Order: sequence, then structure tokens, then C-alpha cells
Amino acid sequence: MVPAAFDYRAPTSLEEALMVLREHGDDAKVMAGGQSLIPLLKLRLASPALVVDIGRIPGLSGIEAEDATLRIRTRTRHFDLERDTSLDSVCPILREAARQISDPLVRNLGTVGGSLCHADPAGDWGSVMLALDAQLVARSASGERTIAAGDFFQGPFSTALRPDEVLTEIRIPRPGAGRRGGGAYLKLERKVGDFATVGVAVQVQLTDGTVEKAGIGLTAVGPSNLKARSAEQALTGREPTPGAITEAARLAAEAAEPNDDVRGSAAYKKDVVRVFVQRGLAGALAQATARG
Amino acid sequence: MQVSVTINGQQRTADVEPRLLLVDLIRDQLRLTGTHIGCDTSSCGACTVLLDGEPVKSCTMLAVQADGRELTTVEGLASGAALHTVQVGFHEEHGLQCGFCTPGMVIAIDQLLRDNPNPTEWEVRKGLDGNLCRCTGYQNIVKSALSAGRKLRGEEPFEKPDVAMTETAAVAAH
Repeated sequence: MVPAAFDYRAPTSLEEALMVLREHGDDAKVMAGGQSLIPLLKLRLASPALVVDIGRIPGLSGIEAEDATLRIRTRTRHFDLERDTSLDSVCPILREAARQISDPLVRNLGTVGGSLCHADPAGDWGSVMLALDAQLVARSASGERTIAAGDFFQGPFSTALRPDEVLTEIRIPRPGAGRRGGGAYLKLERKVGDFATVGVAVQVQLTDGTVEKAGIGLTAVGPSNLKARSAEQALTGREPTPGAITEAARLAAEAAEPNDDVRGSAAYKKDVVRVFVQRGLAGALAQATARG
Repeated sequence: MQVSVTINGQQRTADVEPRLLLVDLIRDQLRLTGTHIGCDTSSCGACTVLLDGEPVKSCTMLAVQADGRELTTVEGLASGAALHTVQVGFHEEHGLQCGFCTPGMVIAIDQLLRDNPNPTEWEVRKGLDGNLCRCTGYQNIVKSALSAGRKLRGEEPFEKPDVAMTETAAVAAH
């Protein structure tokens, strides 16, 4: 398969990339690792006039754990997160999700930012960032703004980014002193490398035995990654009793909007959401309780 | 556009269209046909090459992305007539049937063993998640990887004595 012809620019600074996008944004696609875009180009599902490869811009990859925020730069690869054992004590869901993405060869090139901007409803990072209440940092030639993960996904393959913007960084809030966090990512796939049948990301934060914050993101059961807000609210401020967990799982399943397809019926997928939220919460709570 | 890569230790330059896939650069322009095109949809891993020492699917990368970078294909593994350890493992454990997936498998296993010199069978299988064998010959591919691992750790001779030759010698001795 051969992509349709396109012009190619590989700027070596972010400023240069943003100037190119200011001029050509409407006709351009930004490429990081290319693991989503290149298959689209080959299938000619996308045929942009210009591909702006941000792969040669220094400073766009890496992870930094600050006191209040974990910063993941946009071009950090799935593999970089999978590998980073220091994340186990900071935000364990990241490694758990990373190693469930596609296969090792794709994880060596695919990036977190690229995956988020591709906004496939079956993408894994979207749900994780929704559960973590991440802030996504967008830059354009006219400045910088942050977009809450909850406002970022607007439909299938559609985000709040403007054509002249680049996602530069993901900021994940960290639990403050004396608070305990835990998370889990569960994914059902028919075989390695297939799109998820269902995925569920869960993140909780405990204070004195009470759920202070709960985040639940759903993969492949709607027009975009979904944030199960009613389920989150049902847990917040409550003791995480088995009853509260069952109720949150029920509400999350209710929030899911899956379709019948070759991977399963809508009713089946909703039930998988329920089971995964229940299991994920149990795991996340155990983690939050065990960690100091 | 001019693209310059170091492939199997050699500096090569080519004039390419931006839409040219890396695997097509390698096969058609650099004439290294050991790297195969299997599915052409980022599923099978037959096109696996090392990019700066890490295995990637060359059918899902543009040639221009590889500009200035280092590539290793299956042709670059053996040194002269001496096979690479993973290739010896495949030879001894019958790791290939039709051979189509083999270049990608060998490249992926080479990196897997550098990353984890003493993998369990499960770790080998997980590490090969991105490489499909259309003969379904996974059993012997995994055995080959484990054998190569033992050789690299010095737990098994680099080349096992050839069984057929030993038998012939035994018959001759009678």
C-alpha cells in the first residue's frame, strides 16, 4: 500500500513547527511516532497535503515527577512508560496501561501524545488520562493553553485541538502529602494488537479511609473515550464499601454506549464494563491502601 | 528528498518521495530483500528491522523518518559465514518452516535477548507479540529463542555437535 503524495516538513524546533501549522494547519497532519497516522495514510483514509513530523524536535519527550504534577512530554513513547520502574511508586496505572498497548514493535515508536491526538475511541491513553484528570497542554504560535482531558475528546478521531496547535505535554495531578492513590487499567482484546473490545481505567485517591477522588475512563464503548462521571460522583466522599463499588460499577456500565459488532454485543460490552470497574476499583483501592 | 542512513554498518543515500515507506527503501532502493513485507498493515512484523538498536515495523515508518539514523536488517546479523547466535538457535531448533516471518522473528528475538538475557518462555511469547508466523510454527520459534538465550549465557555450546554427522561417524566406527 502506498500513501497518496504529500509534502513533508520535519522542523527542528517547536517554534518552527508552530509557524508551519499557523500557515498550513488546515491541510496538515502532525506526526509523532506515526503508528496511527501511517496506517491511515496507507489506507488513504487520510490524505493531508502536508505531514509535519515533530519527531526531530528536541525536548518533546521524557517524564518528570514534580511534587504536585507528573509531566509527560508529548513524544514520550509507550515503551518509555512501560520501562520506567520509577513510575510504580508515582502512578502505577501508566505502566500497566502502556504494556497492554498493541505490541512491542509498535510501542517502540508510538507516543502518548500521538495516541491522544489520534483520539481513536478504542485508544487506551484517553481513558487513562480521563481517569487521572490530566490536563493537556496545547501550544500554537499565539500561545499556550491547557485543556482538561474531560473536554479534550469530542467524538471519533476528533479533539479540542485547533489545526494550528500541537499537544506538547500531559500534566497529571499527584495526590498531596498524606493522601494515597491507586489505579488500574483493564483491557479485553480478542488477540494481541486488535482494537480493544472493552477497556477500563480506574484511579482513586483515599484520605482517612474515604474516597476523596475517583476517576473512571472507558475505552471502545462510545464515540470517544468516555468519562463515567456519575460513577465517579457516586464514590466521591464515600467509604469504598462493597456496596459503593457495586453501585459505581453499575453506573459506569450505564454510561457506556457500545455498539454491537464483531467483538461482541452491546449488552455484553456493558457487562464487561461493569465487571472491569468492579475489579479495577478493588485493585486500585488495595493499591491505595497499601501505599504510604 | 535525500535520505541518508547507516544500514548494517554502511552509509547509504537515496533520493525518495516523502510517502516512500522505509521497507520499500530497504528492499527496492537499497536492494536488501531479507526484510519481508507480509501484511503491510502493521500486524505481522515480517518487516521488523532495528532502528537505532530497537525493533520497529518498517512498513509503518516513512523512509524520511529514518534519515540520519542507524538501521540493522537480517543481512546485518551474521558476520561473514559465522551465523548470529539467534540464527544458530533457529537452525538447531528448526525455528523456521516457510521462512517468511523468520527475518522479523530473528531481529525481534535478538533485541529481546539483549533486553532480557534470561527470559522465561512466557516472556519470549509476550516479547514476540508483534510477530506472526503464518505456518503457526511458534513452538519451535520459542524454543529457538530460548536456545539462543542459553548460548548467549554460556549454558549451551554455541553450535551443538551435528547429530547427523555424529551418527555417521558412529556407524563408520563399527
